[in-house]
Amino acid sequence: MFSTAILGVGVSLSVPLVTRAIIDGPVTRRELDLLVPLAFLALGLSISEVLLVWMRRWAQSRAVSDLEATLRHDLYVRLQSLPMEFHNRWQSGQLLSRVTVDLSTIRRFMGFGLLFLVINILQLVVVTILLLRLYWPLGVVVLIAAVPIIVVSLKFEKKYLAISRRVQDQQGDLATRIEESALGFRVIKAFGRREHVKKQFDDGAVKLYGTSVEKVRLASRFWTFLEVIPNLTLVIVLLLGALAVGRESITLGTLVAFITLMLSLIWPVESLGTILAMAQEAMTSADRISEILDTKSSIESGPEQLVNPRGHLRFENVSFRFSPESADVLHDINLDLAPGTTLALVGATGSGKTTLTALVPRLYDVTGGRITIDGHDVRDLDLKSLRSAVASAFDDPTLFSMSVRENITLGRPDATDADVQQALEIAQATFANDLPWGLDTRVGEQGMSLSGGQRQRLALARAVLAKPAVLVLDDTLSALDVHTEALVEEALRNVLSATTGIVVAHRASTVMLADQVALLEGGTITHVGTHAELLATVPAYRQLLAAEEEEVHA
Amino acid sequence: MTTTQQTPPPPSDDEPGSRHDAQVIDREESWRGYAEESDDELSRATTLRLKAQSRKLLGELLRPYKKMIWLLVAIVVVENAARLAVPYLVHLGIDKGIPPILAGEGNQTLITVVVAVLASALIQAFARQLFLMRAGRLGQTILLGLRRRVFDHFQRLSPSFHDRYTSGRVISRLTSDVDVIDEMLETGFDGLVTALLTLVGTAVLLLTLDVKLGLLALLSFPVLFFLTAWFRRRSQLVYRRSREAVALVIVHFVESMTGIRAVQAFRREPRNEQIFHGVNDRYREANLESFRINAIFMPSIKGVGNITIVAILAYGGWQAYHGHVTVGVLTAFLLYLRQFFEPLQDISQFYNTFLSASAALEKLSGVLNETPDVPEPKEPAKPAQHARGHLELRNVKFNYVDGVAVLPGLDLDVPAGQTLALVGTTGAGKTTIAKLVARFYDPTGGQVVLDGIDLRKLTEDDLRERVVMVTQENFLFTGTVADNIRFGKPDATMDEIVEAAKVIGAHEFIVRLPDGYETAVEKRGSRLSAGQRQLVAFARAFLADPAVLILDEATSSLDIPSERLIQRALRTILADRTAIVIAHRLSTVETADRVIVLEHGRIIEDGSPDVLITDGGHYAGLHQAWEDSLA
Ligand SMILES: Nc1ncnc2c1ncn2[C@@H]1O[C@H](COP(=O)(O)OP(=O)(O)OP(=O)(O)O)[C@@H](O)[C@H]1O
Ligand SMILES: Nc1ncnc2c1ncn2[C@@H]1O[C@H](COP(=O)(O)OP(=O)(O)OP(=O)(O)O)[C@@H](O)[C@H]1O
Ligand SMILES: [Mg+2]
Ligand SMILES: [Mg+2]
Repeated sequence: MFSTAILGVGVSLSVPLVTRAIIDGPVTRRELDLLVPLAFLALGLSISEVLLVWMRRWAQSRAVSDLEATLRHDLYVRLQSLPMEFHNRWQSGQLLSRVTVDLSTIRRFMGFGLLFLVINILQLVVVTILLLRLYWPLGVVVLIAAVPIIVVSLKFEKKYLAISRRVQDQQGDLATRIEESALGFRVIKAFGRREHVKKQFDDGAVKLYGTSVEKVRLASRFWTFLEVIPNLTLVIVLLLGALAVGRESITLGTLVAFITLMLSLIWPVESLGTILAMAQEAMTSADRISEILDTKSSIESGPEQLVNPRGHLRFENVSFRFSPESADVLHDINLDLAPGTTLALVGATGSGKTTLTALVPRLYDVTGGRITIDGHDVRDLDLKSLRSAVASAFDDPTLFSMSVRENITLGRPDATDADVQQALEIAQATFANDLPWGLDTRVGEQGMSLSGGQRQRLALARAVLAKPAVLVLDDTLSALDVHTEALVEEALRNVLSATTGIVVAHRASTVMLADQVALLEGGTITHVGTHAELLATVPAYRQLLAAEEEEVHA
Repeated sequence: MTTTQQTPPPPSDDEPGSRHDAQVIDREESWRGYAEESDDELSRATTLRLKAQSRKLLGELLRPYKKMIWLLVAIVVVENAARLAVPYLVHLGIDKGIPPILAGEGNQTLITVVVAVLASALIQAFARQLFLMRAGRLGQTILLGLRRRVFDHFQRLSPSFHDRYTSGRVISRLTSDVDVIDEMLETGFDGLVTALLTLVGTAVLLLTLDVKLGLLALLSFPVLFFLTAWFRRRSQLVYRRSREAVALVIVHFVESMTGIRAVQAFRREPRNEQIFHGVNDRYREANLESFRINAIFMPSIKGVGNITIVAILAYGGWQAYHGHVTVGVLTAFLLYLRQFFEPLQDISQFYNTFLSASAALEKLSGVLNETPDVPEPKEPAKPAQHARGHLELRNVKFNYVDGVAVLPGLDLDVPAGQTLALVGTTGAGKTTIAKLVARFYDPTGGQVVLDGIDLRKLTEDDLRERVVMVTQENFLFTGTVADNIRFGKPDATMDEIVEAAKVIGAHEFIVRLPDGYETAVEKRGSRLSAGQRQLVAFARAFLADPAVLILDEATSSLDIPSERLIQRALRTILADRTAIVIAHRLSTVETADRVIVLEHGRIIEDGSPDVLITDGGHYAGLHQAWEDSLA
């Protein structure tokens, strides 16, 4: 690629020399017979230059678009593998802007800027050398003119780097606002807060506007500067050159060639401004991207495989905090779930139930103690193997934009139709068969939308179908009506008898699914026992689960 | 907590925005499932309409700055005049300045010429600086205007549009498409204007310098014109494709990052990668193709330039030999041609961004041409200052999909101040009723009437002031807990916020957060537990203080003590306002004045909870089951 570029530059530089030959030979010295061969030489050179450019671009097109696509793919893969902790911390718009804006900035620079940067610099150097050889005193003038250009360029670069970083970050912030306005649209609508959200967006947009204008100001000064210098040099060259011709130290032809060559420098110098700016932006973009690519995933897959897991789950002195400087959310958790037993987890709002269950499939890693499945520390297990052994139905059911079947067979892609039907029945989700395309109907955001309870039941069917060794149900019946709930519970009883289960519950009926109940209070498990025992002996438990009447009047 | 969304109604034919945006699925990949699609091939008529629309949009965007634009054009003319003067002056210097020196007549002429070159260089610099600065600022101003306009329009469109269009596409329009336009404004504008002026200016100059040589040079123009036309046609297609492709990339990206927890827990990464690879690859192909078109276009321009130069060189050399033109003229000629063709290549790069931006502009104008399915009234009714909250549904019919009536004809009268509970099996249509009352959709038959006024006659502002809904999804925004509560009433004082949180029992947990009310909730509230999110969402609805409050499963994730607290609060909160409470937890329902049991969109029982419990009907059954579930 670069060799064709260099050849191209060489060819384009030789054209002015042929021009000189024509002016000095046929015209001045009246050697007409040279005109035709020289013209053909020029033609040949010109055409080969075009071919070289074409070849280069053609080759480059594939390389650059592949590079962009590969980077984007890598970024995506990386982001998918980064833990929840990372995703909570990072604004979604910042991620998005990296995948889109930053990558296209890099593509543009690689496809256009980089090459021109190299070509331009090459051209500048070569031309300057040629100029020196043509007539050195004038060549030195040109050389001196290069000094301020280099100095200012370096200074500009530093400033521009800072400001383009600011612009890109602000673009990311704005993207976050935009994303929220789209995802939260229904809430905004329900409250009629269009103006409010618009104002917030506006603040971000105006800030971006301010920084962008600042960037424009900086660039415009620099670009103008790059235009002034060559022109001023031209003035001097013209003056001195004409005087030199007058003294007959050079021929007229040499002066013309000199000026022609020199003018061919104006554009490269001028476009150097744009290209340098582009290079800075590409550099900041690359920085922003490597911030993600270089993030070490704190949750790495371990070496051990879990073969035929039985589902013996143990929490040993587990503690957890979300960040090193915050307080423990969970501490001193000790639990032992024999294979096939089910534990109900009961606790007040915000007591850490969801957090506790998220530790098992390593959505987060414990910060103290350890969790074992069949004797293996979960951190030593291969992630894939661990996560197929543990299936969860979360409190907010996420359906992906794909068919119902694909959505529920996520945890077990080889499930048969009979398995699928069975899971649907357990979750009371047979309505899915009556959708327009049956189980092939696409649901999720880009497909058909379902009611809250319908979605929740599909998410439940998904967890059940996975036939995991450990099944986690995090308040999965909250959107169901009482009758449906009772039916689901009945069916779940069978499922849970075969696997180890953790059921997060706010209501007695769900708690009854379990063999044992653990009460989570103040970040640790204070009581373990059967529902009846706890109800009888633990006031805090009674308060959480008791039928309401007594409390309301209490 | 969960999102209740509606299936897109069959795409109506005349929606430019959605039509060509419609997602393309690979039918062979059946696991993607089937959904309503519209094809993305553009008919000729659509293409023309798109162009007309985006041109109109462009006009609207530029109109307010007409004067400024003319000023900029003037500046750019000056700049280019100065720029073009330089080679001409050089020609003068060589032709007129040097002979006197050679003849020993002094260098007066040369000095004059040099001073003139200096002057034009300075003028050029000054004008350029002015132009770059002004044009840059103008570009940003226009961009800001465009951002505001598109953002606002998206927020004005109805939920049914958003159901269909999907959030990913909204995001892609407002980020990627706007950015492309930004890029054009930053680099392209300048380049294009300069190119056009150089084109015209050079043509004129060439002709004045020497007619014959000029005509010879002008022979290249038609070829250039033809090339450019070809380039434009091809690029337009490719850029449209690339805009659509990037939208799909964004749609998929946003979806996977939003659901990252489920993605990881269910090991969906490989499948996601596969999908992402597909959309990414399509985008790559579009990019590749645009690169390739450029790879043909740019060298071709250069080729035309080179051949012209050689022709001029040969012919000019011949002419000079015969003394028909001077060496100076020939030199100037060659300089002009160079000056013309050199930037033209880079300018074709700018032209490129320009075309890419017009594809983006088409997309945006498509969106701006969408009208809300729930339109603002032409002649809004003037509701009384203080809404009473008397709500009536008169023979309301509704369906999302043709032929499947969700509400086959509902009559319901909720007197002002009444608390109405809706219960029923999942999928019975409760949320649908709530959404009709909040006018997310208009009924397909019948009327929804508030205080005697059809909702269709109320302005959006009047309506939202009176009716507020807490949806099943309790979306929290980036910001602090206080910010999120304040969302219910943007001008609320801190005291009011704390008061609201206290009333619904959220105060305790909030003050225990590291920074209390100023704790950031992080991405979509992930800093909080499900129940805590629900409490915050409740507090913000309470703060909004509407005449009609709709609570759709607003307590489903709470523990029983918190729920009880809310119930107690509800007794006071709902005492003087109309409320529709949807809940599967019958404990919440018991605070209601009246209960309606819904099945398949029909009312099967209606009465006060105390009465319904005893009459052995559906509600009694439900209630019994509920009591049992608590035991
Ligand atoms: N990403 C986070 N960073 C810091 N703290 C968090 C984060 N997520 C949750 N918390 C805090 O940890 C505690 C436990 O949250 P968790 O979601 O586990 O509660 P929960 O028991 O599931 O409650 P609920 O019944 O409401 O679902 C809460 O007090 C919450 O504020
Ligand atoms: N976009 C749609 N296309 C077709 N049917 C739909 C669509 N959206 C909802 N429905 C159906 O309309 C019915 C009513 O839905 P709605 O959301 O009102 O139920 P709901 O009573 O609120 O249920 P839940 O208690 O589960 O929230 C359901 O059968 C649902 O599947
Ligand atoms: Mg939870
Ligand atoms: Mg609902």
